[in-house]
Amino acid sequence: MRRRPPARASADRYTLRLYVAGQTPRSVAAIANLRRICDEHLSGRYSVEVVDLLREPARARGDEVVVIPTLVRRLPPPVKRIIGDLSNAERVLVGLDVQPAAETA
Amino acid sequence: MKLVLAGVIVPRARNGITKTNGAARLPKTPTGISGLDDITGGGLPRGRPTLVCGAAGCGKTLLAMEFLVHGAQRYGEPGVFVSFEERVEELIANVGSLGFDLRRLQATRKLAFDHVRIERNEIEETGEYDLEGLFVRLGHAIDAIGARRVVLDTVESLFAGLANEAILRAELRRLFAWLKERRITAIVTGERGERQLTRHGLEEYVSDCVILLDHRVEDRLATRRLRVVKYRGSAHGTDEYPFLIDTNGIVVLPVSSLRLEHRVSARRVSSGVAGLDAMLGGRGYYEGSSILVSGEAGTGKTSLAAYFADATCRRGERCLFFSFEESPAQLIRNMRSVAIDLEPWTKRGLLRIRATRPTSHGLEMHLATMEHEVATFRPTAVVVDPISPLVTRGSIGDVDHMLLHLVDDLKSRGATAFFTSLAREEGRAGELAVSSLMDSWIFLRNLEHDGERNRGLYVLKSRGMAHSNQIREFVLHDGGIELRDVYTGGGTVLTGSARLVREARDRAAAEERRLEVERKRRQSERRRAALAARIVALQAELAAEDDDLRAAAGGERSRDRERARDRRDLLLSRHADGVNGGARGRRMAP
Repeated sequence: MRRRPPARASADRYTLRLYVAGQTPRSVAAIANLRRICDEHLSGRYSVEVVDLLREPARARGDEVVVIPTLVRRLPPPVKRIIGDLSNAERVLVGLDVQPAAETA
Repeated sequence: MKLVLAGVIVPRARNGITKTNGAARLPKTPTGISGLDDITGGGLPRGRPTLVCGAAGCGKTLLAMEFLVHGAQRYGEPGVFVSFEERVEELIANVGSLGFDLRRLQATRKLAFDHVRIERNEIEETGEYDLEGLFVRLGHAIDAIGARRVVLDTVESLFAGLANEAILRAELRRLFAWLKERRITAIVTGERGERQLTRHGLEEYVSDCVILLDHRVEDRLATRRLRVVKYRGSAHGTDEYPFLIDTNGIVVLPVSSLRLEHRVSARRVSSGVAGLDAMLGGRGYYEGSSILVSGEAGTGKTSLAAYFADATCRRGERCLFFSFEESPAQLIRNMRSVAIDLEPWTKRGLLRIRATRPTSHGLEMHLATMEHEVATFRPTAVVVDPISPLVTRGSIGDVDHMLLHLVDDLKSRGATAFFTSLAREEGRAGELAVSSLMDSWIFLRNLEHDGERNRGLYVLKSRGMAHSNQIREFVLHDGGIELRDVYTGGGTVLTGSARLVREARDRAAAEERRLEVERKRRQSERRRAALAARIVALQAELAAEDDDLRAAAGGERSRDRERARDRRDLLLSRHADGVNGGARGRRMAP
């Protein structure tokens, strides 16, 4: 795991929430993909909450979750949403508005 | 006679729909929407999704909402409304104008609302996904209130929010299957597409029941129509049915489903005019029949209607009077001129006059409000005066359909329906096709003669009774309506003053004839007397003649005797022998 300080926006902390539904392969993949991307590009300045809607169905409404998996960037504002299994790291970073870490090209 | 509804809404079966094979077996969920349950033979397929599609603003959302509200209020079935377009607040405000208190239903856990929104430009897609979030939300809402009904309005919005159409289609298919599995009766709405029913072909997935809504403008008049495109496993009305959205929500008018199964009454009701009753087999109209009075302008149609209304109220029965030409006050005032005072009846609540301008609404709105009035007031007699301006509010076919529906409705309620209609010409041709629905048809016409116009009345038809075939003169005066025998002498029909003149002339002629007879009688008497006198004279003459004759005969005999004596004397003097002996003997003997 690389723990290099990011090139830009180092002061920002990312508060993320990932909505999944049970331990489906897609959910498992999404969780793994997110962890990898965050560790690579947001190392040390992110927090992720994984919400399993099968356990907490009432929470789907709050973040207007329709699609599973949905990743919500709650902080910094504005709120952003990324849907899918997060298999494309580049698009996830675009969605989160994060400049990729230098050597991950 | 009156149907008592004990708090339950009994869907009225029309068109024999419920009697067909499939309908008996397929369980249905009533929508509670007036008319729709009639067309579908009881409602939507229970436990299955129904697709309601149509263009923007055609009433999809309202129909779906009514389905939920009625379900919650009348049928004890809670419902979930998932809106993909309007926000919940907007939704509640929009239907609040129709008297649905969604807030209260929400508070009492009869209804639940959810707004599902996906903004494509706020969302980044990466990799595979599914709509499990929607399933979870929906499932949660359903479980929270024990919902039996669900509305998805308009689920197609998801196509705008999500780029991967293949996933979306697969997920929608799964969603409908899931709803079916949970035995949820659902309405799924969809926007009307160009070449198919819905823009994204939802009809492929929701195939049990498809209802199409339409909102067309014809002759500057907007008309909403509903059609059941498909109803798997059930017979259904297949026509386009007009519907409207009034202050109580959606009212579908299943117009062409004319049932000829009305209960009939043998009771007769007076027309209010004794002479007319006499013409109608002596006892007036049949109760629950429909009567059409048509005629030209000013022939007394409204007066005849007012007499009928008055007669109804006199029996203590309720009468509903739809006036499309006069205001209630004007009607009451004008009818006083023909000795009818309707005001006491309105005050006693027996007569309700509803006056509207024909142009104020479309035809459908008129008929729906009329039916609503009839349903709430429950009159035994209904007057529509006149139906002709309604005719201008829609196409001919529509008018026929709507009137048919009204007649049908009134008949099924056992109310006697009295329609007036302005006929421009003779009446037979160019009359509304609805006339075939009418049981009695009375025609009023102007009879023109000698620069004078008079009213004539005749019964064109009256089913089930021996009615008069006479043309009667129909006289309106401040004493009321009077039916007079028209003058039919001399091969012509005369009315008004021509009749009076002719009658006077006839009376004079009759007097003349009477005098003539009298004169002749006297003349013959005189002649008879003269003849008798002559007979007496002749008899006297005859007697005198006889006397003469007798006198003449007597003279002759004495002359004969004289002559015989003279001859004897002569013979005696000559002393003739023959004479001597004989004469001597005879002379000697005495």
